[in-house]
Amino acid sequence: MTELSSFRQSDMAKGLVESIKRHALKEARYMEFCGSHTVAVMRNGLRQLLPKTLTLTSGPGCPVCVTDNSELDKAIALAQVPDVIITSFGDMIRVPGSHSNLQEAKANGSDVRVVYSPLDALQIARTNPYKSVIFIAVGFETTAPTVAASILQAKQEGLNNYYILSLHKVCPPVIKALLDSGEVNLQGLICPGHVSAVIGAKAWDFIAKDYGIPCVVAGFEPLDILQCIDMLAQQTAKGEARVEIAYKRSVTHNGNITAQRILEQVFQPAAASWRGMGDVPGSGLKLRPEFSAYDAELKFDFDPGPTKIQKGCICGEVLRGVKIPTECKLFRKVCTPLNPIGPCMVSSEGSCAAYYHYGESNDR
Amino acid sequence: MTDRILLAHGSGGSLSHDIVNEGILSVLGNPILNKLDDSAVFDAKGKIAFTTDSHVVQPLFFPGGDIGKLSVCGTVNDLSVMGATPLYLSLALIIEEGLPIADLKNVINSIKEAAEEAGVKIVTGDTKVVNRGNADKLFINTAGIGIIADGINISGHNARPGNKIILSGTIGDHGIAVLSKREGIGFETKLQSDSAPLNKMIAEMIQVSNKINCMRDPTRGGLSSTLNEIAGQSGVSIRIDEDKIPVRREVAAACEMLGLDPLYIANEGKVVVVVEAEDADKILEQMKKNKYGQNAAIIGEVTEKHAARVTLKTALGTSRIVDMLVGEPLPRIC
Repeated sequence: MTELSSFRQSDMAKGLVESIKRHALKEARYMEFCGSHTVAVMRNGLRQLLPKTLTLTSGPGCPVCVTDNSELDKAIALAQVPDVIITSFGDMIRVPGSHSNLQEAKANGSDVRVVYSPLDALQIARTNPYKSVIFIAVGFETTAPTVAASILQAKQEGLNNYYILSLHKVCPPVIKALLDSGEVNLQGLICPGHVSAVIGAKAWDFIAKDYGIPCVVAGFEPLDILQCIDMLAQQTAKGEARVEIAYKRSVTHNGNITAQRILEQVFQPAAASWRGMGDVPGSGLKLRPEFSAYDAELKFDFDPGPTKIQKGCICGEVLRGVKIPTECKLFRKVCTPLNPIGPCMVSSEGSCAAYYHYGESNDR
Repeated sequence: MTDRILLAHGSGGSLSHDIVNEGILSVLGNPILNKLDDSAVFDAKGKIAFTTDSHVVQPLFFPGGDIGKLSVCGTVNDLSVMGATPLYLSLALIIEEGLPIADLKNVINSIKEAAEEAGVKIVTGDTKVVNRGNADKLFINTAGIGIIADGINISGHNARPGNKIILSGTIGDHGIAVLSKREGIGFETKLQSDSAPLNKMIAEMIQVSNKINCMRDPTRGGLSSTLNEIAGQSGVSIRIDEDKIPVRREVAAACEMLGLDPLYIANEGKVVVVVEAEDADKILEQMKKNKYGQNAAIIGEVTEKHAARVTLKTALGTSRIVDMLVGEPLPRIC
């Protein structure tokens, strides 16, 4: 499409692809951590341009996808509490929990509203003073600072009907867990662009240093990603492992200090349950004790019931980069975006949805 | 007098007459409608196209239009893409108790403006009021009748390999303009909905060429769903070129931000035209002369029989499948 052409110029792309081919002489597997990268790769057919020596693997970087069934069940149970308005990012409302999803809860009479920002949820709380407004706080370091800001704002205004269910996750610990598991053998990491804008490229230093894996932070336009792959291939060719940034218009080494401060002021690290990965220490965020009045889990009496895992769904393995969506028996036959069995088919950033929409021929 | 719609306005009593006479007839009146008989009666000769469409949009007023304009343009366009000349519309309003009467008047005025521009008449109608909470402010149904001239055979089943695909302008304007005003998503944009009656432009196209095989307005589901429908109905494959599809900068930027694909975003004033290759340039030239077709472009072609799939050549020269829209397009998180 014509308007974004400055990032999609085919001449520049050709130059980058030629450079990648010159450097990628050795076999290498690079993981794009972030779901938005997976979608951009599929949507632009980037795999078709890469030499056979390179393999791209999708990682666990889709906040909706890694939200565990047990966590979804909590959100759905909260939606049944009388006089509660559930506010959520759009992606979340179709994701199946153990028995239902927020969309069904809405159809059954719960008040579930889609918002684009927690600040919009705050506004709903202001205009509905006799209701309790709960924001389902899903997301990585990208969205968590805005949620923290909404809590600070609520406190400042003395708003006492706004709560969050903190299902936040942070990225570095889960990449560490993934690498420690030894399940995937990576020669490079395409680091998440928006997460790095907040926490800084320095957050990946330990991967280069401790694991000897090249890291390059990438943006989301096709040229950003090709440039990132070229930089990784050059590191691979030279046998280097450094952290580089291919997304300098948004990302710095130290990140967004203001956002980091707000985050630390409101949240503290906690263990979190990742779909497919289980509990990962220090990979979640919970409200600090002085903000516990905003914690929906502490405020409301609700019963999420026992957790059930969908049989046959391999979302967990897809998220760990061990399998690709087309290896799932349910893919396209039983599990489709209209009838998603697992979250990777629901989220616009999910690998399964990307494979479904943009075609399996794209895969390599 | 109250400034909001009351249940009594729908009771059939004197308040109902007030709203019909003062609110609607005084604005939309014409000799057929003014009779207020139980049916509109008129003469018609030739092949008749008949369509209906219900309109629910939230918010009711958005940049570049409102539910009234949509309800006229939608039905006018559905008739036009079949090659019909739209003539008469029905108008049924379902109003939620409490709707400001000023809002209703604004909507009726938009209906009048759109109907005048399209050259159609509202000839019959109905008004109901439901309890607060039983509808979302205002729902509108319109049905329309048009006449198809002899020799015109335009249908979603008629696309053939070798045909060219013409798109009348930029995609996604309506969907993004509406989204920008929705509670919980609001963002600043100068973008306007493209809502427009296309019947005059389409009549001009039909006049210069009799080699238009199908036409369809890519409304809900966007361009991708329309192309998939045509591919499915005609049993052909379609290949489009990303570089050729016009997208406004604001739409592209909003889509990047929200994680949406312009190919799946709704339009209300665009038409996809499948034509015999030899007439493609002539038809395109004619479309560009009309204000609703200034940005028209040939975006692809019908490639083969049977496969019924739509593919896109990206700006990088790679290719991918373009699927039907599944479910509601939802903003992404990160």
